[in-house]
Amino acid sequence: MNSTAINDRDKKVNRRRAFSRQDRFTLGAFIGLPTALHIILVWIPALATIALSFTYWTGIHFSDIRWAGLANYENIFQSTPLFWEALKNNVVWLLWFGLIATPLGVLLAYQIDRQIRGHAFYQTAFYIPVVLSLAVTGIIWNFMLRPDGFVNGLLGRDSLNAVSFFGDDRWNLYVILTISSWRHIGYIMLLYLAGLKAVDSSLREAAALDGATEWETFRKVILPTMRPVNIIILVITVIESLRAFDVVYIIYGTSGAQVPILGTLVFQNISGEGQSMKGAAYATILFILSIGPIIAYLRTTFKEDVK
Amino acid sequence: MSSIVVNKEYRDRQKRKDALISIFIGTFAILWILPLAWTLYSSLRPYIDLQVNGIFSFPETLNLDNYSNALRRMNIGLYFTNTAIITIPAVFFTLFLGSLMAFVVSRYSFKANVALLLFFTAGNLLPAQLIFIPLFKMYLAVGDAVGDRRFLYDSHLGIVLIHVAFQMGFATFVLSSYMKTIPKEISESAMIDGASVFTHYFRIILPLLRPALASLTVLMTTWIYNDFFWALVLTASDSKRPITSALGRLTGEFVTDYNLLAAGAMIAALPTLLIFFILRKQFVSGLTLGATKG
Repeated sequence: MNSTAINDRDKKVNRRRAFSRQDRFTLGAFIGLPTALHIILVWIPALATIALSFTYWTGIHFSDIRWAGLANYENIFQSTPLFWEALKNNVVWLLWFGLIATPLGVLLAYQIDRQIRGHAFYQTAFYIPVVLSLAVTGIIWNFMLRPDGFVNGLLGRDSLNAVSFFGDDRWNLYVILTISSWRHIGYIMLLYLAGLKAVDSSLREAAALDGATEWETFRKVILPTMRPVNIIILVITVIESLRAFDVVYIIYGTSGAQVPILGTLVFQNISGEGQSMKGAAYATILFILSIGPIIAYLRTTFKEDVK
Repeated sequence: MSSIVVNKEYRDRQKRKDALISIFIGTFAILWILPLAWTLYSSLRPYIDLQVNGIFSFPETLNLDNYSNALRRMNIGLYFTNTAIITIPAVFFTLFLGSLMAFVVSRYSFKANVALLLFFTAGNLLPAQLIFIPLFKMYLAVGDAVGDRRFLYDSHLGIVLIHVAFQMGFATFVLSSYMKTIPKEISESAMIDGASVFTHYFRIILPLLRPALASLTVLMTTWIYNDFFWALVLTASDSKRPITSALGRLTGEFVTDYNLLAAGAMIAALPTLLIFFILRKQFVSGLTLGATKG
């Protein structure tokens, strides 16, 4: 890369230049304001949550905070079966996204990128759910799945004999996963599509001339060239599966009792069990689980800068 | 185009395969917009018509009554105003502060540059659940300190602030990678001519950022418009809610007339759909610029 050369030259220029007092002030304000806002409203609360997870606190007076050590975590791990159930649901969520939704999004992107007939329409169709707000999404899916909704109508069942998609334990999780995938697939598709635009089309033509099948071309030519995008998409899949919350919320409300996942447990313990900071402990567990993917994301995006 | 003659047989086979793939994906695409289309269709029919004749019956009447009812009974004007009061300043300040950050980080070499960028991007990836408990207490404490409990909590200002703080990381990241494509010589000649940092940013860099800012505006507007996490945990009074979180509450209230709710949902979806269709190019390039967003 020649950027290192430019950087070196920059450093030389910089060393010789001294900033005027006014410039130093401007620079300070330009960095200081955004950084202060970000630290105060994002990082301090984040660290505070982690600290609070080791305490008992009713959340009213700061003087009431009492040290709890690992008690909140012990309580979660040892005597809250709901936590394990939630963890299991998050794992199912991750598997569903990782094995079904994300690969589907990638596959769609690959085919749409080949400009098959109608690709512009397909792209729009798959992306529309992503621009809709979740409140709207909730209402839309209610129309599909409620007792007198579209799907039950299609199955020929009236309201009395309807399949209860929102109330039946057998369907709950999969209903949520379907709705989430409706959004997730379009999102992944667009991200991947953006990456594919950068792949040299002659690579693909060459592979085709060598007699490679479609699948071989995808596996041996496209996937390896798309490595950074692959990692990013994988990370997004993991992060989304971990912090998922809004679809469950919009369908079942804060309690989310029908489909417990880590993202909603945080809320349950805020108003419910007033004295512990179990909610904070859940949030911290969520954070610890997302550290890995966050680091992977940062490493991929900032690889060049760090060098 | 490659000048090499592609084997005709191969091409024919590929054509047939492509037709099949196209049909397959097309079916899938229709399935994809079906829920939205169905809701739109339902919003045009009176609920009573469905109840009497069944949902797949041929519509006796198709009109906009549900829409005018929704506008009248759901107070949608107020919620839209709230949304505008939150979204417009939030997008503006996110981009403004993000561009300041990106400007300094990519035009002046300090040792902390990469660290700052990493820090901002990481902040943007944190789960919101990790932040909201202390943030909520902090807002209340600040409110008590200034003598108005609703200064930040249950106020539009509080929601705007957290959006700006949170989304700034993404804006900074996108704008700083965009700035790398602007030749350094432009900045160097400005500095040699004795332009102050202030002039350098406002007169030289900011105008050049216009395409990236346009894309980000579209993207950020959609995200902040659609947000409901912060509006949910940081507002208490219904009259302060933006449209998306108000819709959640209206779902409970109007459960008896679902088609009215469908009309409400379509009205709430309209701005983002319009933005998407009219400014699709900016939308897609915004995502491409940043590659991703968690």
